[in-house]
Amino acid sequence: MDPILEIKNITKKFGGLTAVDDFNMHLSPGEVLGLLGDNGAGKSTVIKMISGVYPPTKGQIYFQGKEIKIQNPMDALNMGIETIYQDLALAENLNVYSNIFLGREKLKKSLGLFNILDHDYMLAESKTVLKGLDIEIPSLKNKIAMLSGGQRQAVAISRSIYWDAKLLIMDEPTAALGVAEQQKVLDLVRTLKTQNVPVIIISHQIHDVFSVADRLVVMRRGKKVGERIVKETNPDEVVGLIVGSVEG
Amino acid sequence: MHKSFNFSDRDGLINLLTRIGRNWAIIFLLIELIFFSVTGTGYFSLLNFQNILVASTTVMLLAVGQTFVIITGGIDLSVGFIVGFSGVICAKTMVTLVAAGASQILSIPVGITVALIFGLVPGLVNGLLVAKLRVPAFIATFGMYGVAYGVAEIISGNVPVHNLPPAVGFIGNGYLLYYLPGKLSLFRMPDNLAPEELKLAVGIVPNVVIIALFLILIFTFILSRTRFGQHTYAIGGNMEAAKRAGINVSRHLIKIYMISSFFAASAGIIYVMKFVTGRADAGSARMLDAVSAVVIGGASLFGGTGTILGTVIGALIIACLEIGLVNLAIPTFNLYIAVGAILIFAVLVDQFFPEITYKK
Repeated sequence: MDPILEIKNITKKFGGLTAVDDFNMHLSPGEVLGLLGDNGAGKSTVIKMISGVYPPTKGQIYFQGKEIKIQNPMDALNMGIETIYQDLALAENLNVYSNIFLGREKLKKSLGLFNILDHDYMLAESKTVLKGLDIEIPSLKNKIAMLSGGQRQAVAISRSIYWDAKLLIMDEPTAALGVAEQQKVLDLVRTLKTQNVPVIIISHQIHDVFSVADRLVVMRRGKKVGERIVKETNPDEVVGLIVGSVEG
Repeated sequence: MHKSFNFSDRDGLINLLTRIGRNWAIIFLLIELIFFSVTGTGYFSLLNFQNILVASTTVMLLAVGQTFVIITGGIDLSVGFIVGFSGVICAKTMVTLVAAGASQILSIPVGITVALIFGLVPGLVNGLLVAKLRVPAFIATFGMYGVAYGVAEIISGNVPVHNLPPAVGFIGNGYLLYYLPGKLSLFRMPDNLAPEELKLAVGIVPNVVIIALFLILIFTFILSRTRFGQHTYAIGGNMEAAKRAGINVSRHLIKIYMISSFFAASAGIIYVMKFVTGRADAGSARMLDAVSAVVIGGASLFGGTGTILGTVIGALIIACLEIGLVNLAIPTFNLYIAVGAILIFAVLVDQFFPEITYKK
């Protein structure tokens, strides 16, 4: 199967610091890829180059078979590359459906003249997408500030799915959650897999990654040091790759 | 059964307290009105209520513009002197045009337009400084506060601008309706009145209140119903989230500071219409009242919350108090103490009931 995403020889320098050094990676449709590495290994920088936060210093990104240039986050969103950040990027003072539609609000004409927010439409659409992902949130009119960490994560994922994510990137999706909620989020990733949405997961929690990912890419000091099929490896070997005691 | 009954009883009490906490400003305003109506003389009358509305227009306009800024998590200190800045430009333009032989009908609208256009400039600069050059809003607008004042003094030549066309005061101090037993007329006094009849005539709905109300309604609509309003809240709630959602945050912030400037310029023009003078220091004392009105109205200085209705109530609380103290012949410096105390109280309520601001 042709890869949906392919990263070739990508490098990112911040002044004299090389955060990502000649990195290669690919992702197939419907695949869940775990991107692992210690703090400062360059995982987040790779993700930010794919999602348009940083332009790469060197290298190419191919998406759906074509080379793409991503100048800003909006470019990435328009191509269907959705990123769910560690800090979630939800506006806590807005309600659930407003967050799902944030930046892409549905409007309707009022008095045939003014464009106003179409709350009914946004509420109904949001209900549908949450239902499709088996997510239960008491009221979509509740502000995000009232939701639990897992619920917020679910809202962020629903937003991506609603906007037809062709690739979903999750940065530490389970980091701030309780155990039960971690499981729910991982279940959600499995649901996404059954719906054939490719996912890249960055996580420190190796066991989480093992429980959902098909393949692992390990980074150390900006470089790829190893790549493993989950079924053919074990956590010890992967930890070894992360800390550098096992050679890729 | 008994236990759960107790629970719901307690919930009921908490709900009641939360409801009072959420609506304390309107309750406070009502108490204020009742108190002054009982203790003052002639406080509870149409004329006096109109006076309160007229007295509140400057603060209200500044505060409505300020609401947008504060919702995004910023603050605009420059508005106090943008009132004088645009007022002086408005007055000077009209005086110059009239002196050059232009008619009143031409010079008044031109003066207003010129003042509005120039009045947007400080907002544009504030916005660029805050959004593009990352200058903290407090510093950028505080700098602009001084600059606007200095420029206004230069334009006015350090003296109030007088000799405005007489129609200015006619508009600024006029009413929508004039009522005299048996007679009703629109915009102007009924013609051919005897002097004793003139005394009896009552103006209903001051023009400046209509203008202010018109602007406030438009911007209430924008804040509460449109995408622009939604993005304003989103930026205040989580600027990073807004950026990642593809909102052009810098451009939005520039517009926000221009809205604040626009309201300050409008307040400046209304000041000129009311007092038939352009003064560089016209609104300076009102800037802090405007910020107080927004905070009393429930907006958080951390951004993300606030409504124009709340701000209007906040501005009315200040105006009712001001007129009430005058009515009771209490020296007006007490107003500063009262407004300061209410402001601090408002922030305390915000801190003690943090859930109030998010649960609406």
